[in-house]
Amino acid sequence: MASRGILSYGAHLPYRRLDRSEIRAVAGTGGGKGTRTVAGYDEDATTMGVAAARTALAAAPDGLVLRSLWFSTVAPPYLDKTNATAVHAALRLPADAPAYDVNGAVRSAAGALWAGVATGKPALVIGSDLRTGRPGSPDEATGGDAAAALVVGTADDGPLLAEVIGTGGATEEFLDRWRTPGDTGSKLWEERFGENRYVALGIAAWEDALKAAGLTADQVDRVVIATSHARAAASLGKKLALGDRLQAGLDATVGFAGAAQPGLLLAHALDQAAPGQVVALVVLADGADVVLFRTTEALAAARPSPSVADQVAAGAPIAYGKYLAWRGYLPVEPPRRPEPARPSASAAGRSTGWKFGFVGSQDTEGEVHLPPAPADDAPRPMADAAGTIVTSTIDRLAYSPSPPVVFAVVDFDGGGRLPVELTDVDADDVVIGGRVEMTFRKLFTADGIHNYFWKARPIRTGPAATGEGS
Amino acid sequence: MGSHGIRDRVAIVGMGCTRFAEHWDKGVDELLLDATGEAFAAAGVTKDDVDAYWLGTAQSGMSGMVLAKPLQLEGKPVTRVENMCATGSEALRQASYAVASGAYDVAMAVGVEKVKDSGYQGLNAFPIPTDGTNRTLTAAAMFSMVAPAYAQRYGVDRGELRRVLARIASKNHHNGARNERAQFRREMSVDQICAMPSVAGDLSVFDCAGVADGAAAAVVVRAEDAHRYTDSPLYVKALSFVAGNGSGLTDPAYDYTTFPEIAACAADAYAQAGVTDPRAEIAMAEVHDCFTPTELVLMEDLQFCERGTAWKEILAGTFDLDGDLPVNPDGGLKSFGHPVGASGLRMMFEAWLQLRGEAPEERRIRTVGDRTLALTHNLGGYPGEMVSFVSIIGTQPSA
Repeated sequence: MASRGILSYGAHLPYRRLDRSEIRAVAGTGGGKGTRTVAGYDEDATTMGVAAARTALAAAPDGLVLRSLWFSTVAPPYLDKTNATAVHAALRLPADAPAYDVNGAVRSAAGALWAGVATGKPALVIGSDLRTGRPGSPDEATGGDAAAALVVGTADDGPLLAEVIGTGGATEEFLDRWRTPGDTGSKLWEERFGENRYVALGIAAWEDALKAAGLTADQVDRVVIATSHARAAASLGKKLALGDRLQAGLDATVGFAGAAQPGLLLAHALDQAAPGQVVALVVLADGADVVLFRTTEALAAARPSPSVADQVAAGAPIAYGKYLAWRGYLPVEPPRRPEPARPSASAAGRSTGWKFGFVGSQDTEGEVHLPPAPADDAPRPMADAAGTIVTSTIDRLAYSPSPPVVFAVVDFDGGGRLPVELTDVDADDVVIGGRVEMTFRKLFTADGIHNYFWKARPIRTGPAATGEGS
Repeated sequence: MGSHGIRDRVAIVGMGCTRFAEHWDKGVDELLLDATGEAFAAAGVTKDDVDAYWLGTAQSGMSGMVLAKPLQLEGKPVTRVENMCATGSEALRQASYAVASGAYDVAMAVGVEKVKDSGYQGLNAFPIPTDGTNRTLTAAAMFSMVAPAYAQRYGVDRGELRRVLARIASKNHHNGARNERAQFRREMSVDQICAMPSVAGDLSVFDCAGVADGAAAAVVVRAEDAHRYTDSPLYVKALSFVAGNGSGLTDPAYDYTTFPEIAACAADAYAQAGVTDPRAEIAMAEVHDCFTPTELVLMEDLQFCERGTAWKEILAGTFDLDGDLPVNPDGGLKSFGHPVGASGLRMMFEAWLQLRGEAPEERRIRTVGDRTLALTHNLGGYPGEMVSFVSIIGTQPSA
């Protein structure tokens, strides 16, 4: 049997950062040092999952055909309806590749990875989360919003960047954190109890994994521990004598990203690891999971862009009040305009290529039409096209979940024009001639229906930022 | 194949127009009764003398029964028409063609909109189910993109263009202050307008048309019958309409400094009417000043001046009430507000007053006499995707 492992990977960190020191001044409690990532008002677990997956797929082996999608979040935009199908549509995956949600708890993300690898075929495994908690709560301050995507498969599917060489797991029913459906935050049991259980379970899973890999503990080069329980992670690191092999987390800048955390930390580790190193992913969430990887020579040439570190460095601040409004903790006065009507399911169903995939059309002379023109025969996928702002405006009158609307007419490299909303931008930053890329977002929610479509956002790094890539 | 028009085959012999205002005490029925009553009286006819009706309303009601019920019409054909913000003009166009065809002797075009019952400021379109990907930007923001594009193309300083736009609004407020049917009757200086905070791009609320309820109506008959109804009919010289295909939104060649649908519509109207020098032949124009940059560009698309020169002509006062070619002598959408279905006929009502010398002295234009033609222009939609209507009417039948 061909060895299994990671074919490519990618992460998404939202643009906004909350300075934790702002929290206490308003909430009277909580907060701390450093920053946490904050998903845009137009982002949710689905859109962030799409963003991470696009980064991973851009680095995947040419011609790779995904055979399944596994999507995991603790903050699902929908219940009863599968969220992974919107991701599937946005990524234009084959209709015969199933898309599954594996939702509800952080450990589901480890399960999604396990399931994806177990298929033995190319699979996309996404963890994506928005971490919330009541204002002033520990979860609010220590949480972060992010997504991570792993493309897994076998060596037959393409060069593995990291091969799975051993796994271990331990499961036990105990109460560390919990949330009743509908509640906006989780509750925590006394910290020492969870620490006690996680350390025991972690050691058991660790030893199982080493045994399966035929390794000794000192042969592991780099360890990442994904857990909401920072104290348990620290204790386990000491017990296992990991020393500086325990990779510094992203707690100071990103926060604990829930179902995204295992993939995010693994991505951050692979961004830095040398070929031939043993990397351990440890997940402590309602049990313990350990996966041991050995990196390969292929890694150096196949790292995704942007890296986790690139994205950590690229953020911009958000005021605590706006953060509270975006997450619904501070219901602010809505714009005095009619709320938008819910999108039509059947109209959207006829338009999945455009609405979810950002696929335009092209006529016989090669002219690109956005949205697609009914008379054109050829589809023209545009999600990866960069563009230039021709003109722009700021609309302080239009309905938006977070006014004002910043809007631009964008001409795409290679043809096609679209007047489109901008995001991840401050109104004053928009300039004619500015370079933008497309990003899958949620325009608004009406009657509980999330209206997904694409927006443009400034390209902040790389050759495409100046048009050199065009 | 050809757009031949119906030059001088139909005449307007009576008109009515309500005051445009926040009519909290009047609904669609009352507005319709007021406007049609005035038009019937002006033409000296009764509702039964009118053979067919065209009712323009964008979203104040469905079907011809919106008019048949309040007027209690008996066995009359009533057609409800809608063509975005050019709806009122479209009603007149259809009524005129019906008479020109010989199908009817007397027809009425009525336009009405009851906007102020929505509970929201501004115009809000009826939500048609869609896939959710359509743009939700306001019209103000869409038209605001014209200003920087125009400034860039013609090398006009943005600050200077700001004053040009304010000059347009100030002129229209000046005219509206002299019109008892206008919603806003206060003059506004250029400096006052420039000091307002922006709401969309560089535009403030004073760059935007008001929002009002209103109705207007016209009685049309065969030209040869016109003098049976009035001594001073207005002959329909041209009725032109272009529905854009939206290509401006997707075409990278479109630069937001012109409205091609309007340029095409105007050229067709001039051809229908036999007008070769609009600037010299037309006594006045009522144009669709939904936002100040719109009126700026319209001056060029309607061939009132060369491309890139409208801003200078505006500053020079060419389009003022006492200017070379008065534009919006009634105060325009700026002073009247924009009850969508009624505006096109409200424009025609000002031509009706001015060309026939019935406008009050304080806003009477001086160009009538040598010149006998007026133009009305009505648009719906946005830069890149719009419908356009242009009419030309005159006091004299062709020789």
